[in-house]
Amino acid sequence: MNADLVSIAQSNQWLALTPELLLGCLALLLLIFEMVLPKKEHGAIPLIAIAGQLGVLLGLIFNYRAALLGYEIFGGMLRQTPSGQFMRVFFVLCSILASCLGVIALARQKVPKVEFYHILLVVTAAMMLLAQSNHFVMFFVALETITVGFYVLVSYFRTSPLSLEAGLKYLITGALSSAILLFGIVMLYGVAGTPSLSGHSADSMNFGALQEFLAANPNNFLASVGIVLVLSGVAFKIGAVPFQIWIPDVYQGAPTPVTAFLAVASKAAGFAALMIFAQVFVAYRGVVVPLLSALAVLTIILGNFGALTQHNVKRLMGLSGVSHAGYLLLGVIASFSVPQAIDAIYFYLVVYLCASFAVFGVMTHLAGENDADQELEHYGELARKNPFLGVVLAIGLGSLAGIPPLAGFIGKLLIFIAAFKAGLGWLLAVAIVGVVLSIYYYFGWIKAAYFPSRTATDDATKSVPSVAVNVPMTMVLATLALVSVLLGLFQAPLMVWIATLHG
Amino acid sequence: MHFDLLFISIATPLAVALLLALGLPKKWASGLACFGFMMPAFIALSLWARFSAVPQYHTYAFYNVYDTGLGGLGIRLALGLNGISLPLFVLAGLVGLAAGLYALQSKVERLNLYLILLLVMQGGLMGVFASVDVFFFYFFHELALIPTFIMVGIWGGRDRNYAAMKMTIYLTLGAMLSLLGLIAIYVKSGGIHDGIGSFDLIYLRRELLENPLPVFVQKNIFGLLMFGFGILVSLWPLHTWAPLGYGAAPTSAAMLHAGVLKKFGLYGLIQIALPLLPLGVGSWSWLLIALALCNVLVIGFVTIAQRDLKQMVGYSSVMHMGYAFLGVAAFSIVGAGGVVLMMVAHGFSVALLFLLSSSIYDRTQTFDLGQMGGLAQKAPVLAAFFVAATFASIGLPGFANFWGELAIFISLWNVSPWVTAGAVAGVIVSAIYGLRAAANVFFGQPTTEFAKVAEQKPVVDLRWSEKLPALVLLVALLFLGFWPKSISTPLNAALQAIYPAAISAVSTHVANK
Repeated sequence: MNADLVSIAQSNQWLALTPELLLGCLALLLLIFEMVLPKKEHGAIPLIAIAGQLGVLLGLIFNYRAALLGYEIFGGMLRQTPSGQFMRVFFVLCSILASCLGVIALARQKVPKVEFYHILLVVTAAMMLLAQSNHFVMFFVALETITVGFYVLVSYFRTSPLSLEAGLKYLITGALSSAILLFGIVMLYGVAGTPSLSGHSADSMNFGALQEFLAANPNNFLASVGIVLVLSGVAFKIGAVPFQIWIPDVYQGAPTPVTAFLAVASKAAGFAALMIFAQVFVAYRGVVVPLLSALAVLTIILGNFGALTQHNVKRLMGLSGVSHAGYLLLGVIASFSVPQAIDAIYFYLVVYLCASFAVFGVMTHLAGENDADQELEHYGELARKNPFLGVVLAIGLGSLAGIPPLAGFIGKLLIFIAAFKAGLGWLLAVAIVGVVLSIYYYFGWIKAAYFPSRTATDDATKSVPSVAVNVPMTMVLATLALVSVLLGLFQAPLMVWIATLHG
Repeated sequence: MHFDLLFISIATPLAVALLLALGLPKKWASGLACFGFMMPAFIALSLWARFSAVPQYHTYAFYNVYDTGLGGLGIRLALGLNGISLPLFVLAGLVGLAAGLYALQSKVERLNLYLILLLVMQGGLMGVFASVDVFFFYFFHELALIPTFIMVGIWGGRDRNYAAMKMTIYLTLGAMLSLLGLIAIYVKSGGIHDGIGSFDLIYLRRELLENPLPVFVQKNIFGLLMFGFGILVSLWPLHTWAPLGYGAAPTSAAMLHAGVLKKFGLYGLIQIALPLLPLGVGSWSWLLIALALCNVLVIGFVTIAQRDLKQMVGYSSVMHMGYAFLGVAAFSIVGAGGVVLMMVAHGFSVALLFLLSSSIYDRTQTFDLGQMGGLAQKAPVLAAFFVAATFASIGLPGFANFWGELAIFISLWNVSPWVTAGAVAGVIVSAIYGLRAAANVFFGQPTTEFAKVAEQKPVVDLRWSEKLPALVLLVALLFLGFWPKSISTPLNAALQAIYPAAISAVSTHVANK
């Protein structure tokens, strides 16, 4: 037998992909359940989905230090790294929370229910593969699976024109960014495969081979162009300026759970990819760092100024999320010279997850029939009518704004310290301006919820209804809020866990 | 089990706040809150009494360290008191007690939430001055700051939304700038050896004494801290949030913020910026002196023009911060000591003035100085308290403020006699508005408007529930006025341990040039 085939076959370590496979099976199982189960039992399907994901999450956490850590598997397509393990846990967590929000949001709409969870699971599995990809083919397939899944999810409320519009916008801009990304990949592939250049490789889409080639040819013009194009494609995912243009409309039109999933998981997937590329492209930091710095400055400024004037809370979350991408970019840039910046980024992502899902959880509860119509003015009576949701909202927003003693403050502090060590003085100054601006709109929202202006209270039709929050959701939201507080006071558990990334 | 009073003084108000938030029966709430306010005050007084008798660790008594999980970054919860922080710790405890007692007797809506926020503020304040770690010093400040915004937003008077928003943005900007400065010190001091610095002030002092930062780095960082802390302490022309915010804030919040929390910035300059960045002071000191003189004179005249009692107290507090900045700019042991004395004295006196203004409002239903008069006939005790507080605020001998101002004026003479002259002129200005306010409110004939109000609701004198918190503050003012040695001895010892090295660093630097 051909020796190459044997080695490839031996490298197909399916066991290492158990979580992704389980999620895929679960996704199929849900569809089967929908066919088999009688209609009145369909309410159990989301619970099965959530329970299954919880199982996967526990499995991941118990096998956190997997045996194959650091090895290339599937013929170099995948490589399991500590960072990849961390992101897998992160994505499953996002998916569970988005499923929980989905139960609430879907109950209000006349749309098929089960397919939502199905697509969510498939997208999550693709994100987990993305975070472990070690080859441009794997990377692109995973990325496209995510994007195609989101096309469907964004326009899931198909009776709402805004949701359909959002889907279309996401499709067009997403396709454009995929095309840019693909063009960049082809360029790198072509350059790195040129036999006349030193360090060329037969498998030049493999990240390891590409990294060696780039190190051997640090001044190749075509490679620089390829790198810029690939990074542009990733910038679309994380919503960095000038690729943020789709964000407000898509965030507003998409169903709130999908918006949450876009805001947290999709953004984090972009950063997972960006951090992989930061290593691959490290020889070209002369190109990458200025490019990312320019993106970070524009992202922070535009995101914050854009969010200042928003009255629709979904758009506000979208644009403020753009600015969070900017702060995270600061960490990525710092990570080129300060390794601890990576810890800061992971800490920030976890904090961002807790705070964002807390806020989106409150938004999901308060959304009416028309999911796209969620204005600041609707929060007028929140603190009085739903004190619990009011507190969760305030903690979530406070953490996003980075107010001590909440976790968001520590997240920003760690990023800023890393950036300071890396000598990014001007970027820091911009970030500080951004943080102060963000206080305005985050507090404006808290103000709307706690201190309604007198004219708004007269208009009784606009105030929020008092919503009953069921017990499981209460626990989920309370946990998110509690974690947002505790991580601000006592960071040891998470820091130790993140530190194992390097240990 | 180790029994750490400093930790308890921070944790008690926070724990009580948590208990209240969990929904305790109403009848226990006020008793428990009272306990939460008293505990820090008693601890502060007992630590003050024991201070000189206990062993010290690098000038810090009662030193203790806890790791919260950021130890790897050099961030640890280190608690301790030195001669500089001790007086402010006592100030925080006593003003907190007074503000709490006053809040308990006031008839605000949603009293429970009001007490929770005050207790959180109190816990944060105790933490600010008990922290040896610069990170937690900042952290506790923010913890105390957030409730202020919320309290102004909910219970504020006129323009509360605008005031809350303006305060939030100004103070966040100031806090962010100073955070940037503190991170800069941290990064620059750790980079010298192994790249891992520490926020521990003891470490920073030792490290920066052995390996001083380059002059331009010190200059830049000092500039950041000066403006960052300056915004928080209402340095002219960045002061506009203060009168507006205090005008709108509910009484107890204004007492705690103007009395204690605002001192954070000056305390940061005295405890951190001056000793760690001595070479940075010189290039900013004249700008600081100019701005501080504007605080004293420009704001002094603005204060004279006020017709609203609460606004006037707010502006006067901005004005008095000018003296403190002048003492900082003098950069000497006498100046720094004067600033600390001044901070403590001003903290007590401004808190007392806010408290009494609110009591006056209860009786006259207005803050407008033009619509009162003759209140002394019906409320002589209130009048006596107010006049005493006004005297203290002007800086008459017998009150603590006198010693602070005197020491600052003496230290300024070495800088320039002209600056001293300008600063002393401020005393006259503050005498004009202070005494005129006292005259307008309490003496002369009642105005027709006031007579009408007094007919509808008979004017009573200061009740015991109001007298008690006022007494706490007034006794403290008089005690320190007659026996300043009780805080100046430890203060002097701490300054002697820290400042000479910094000051001599400047003179060697100048000589080398």
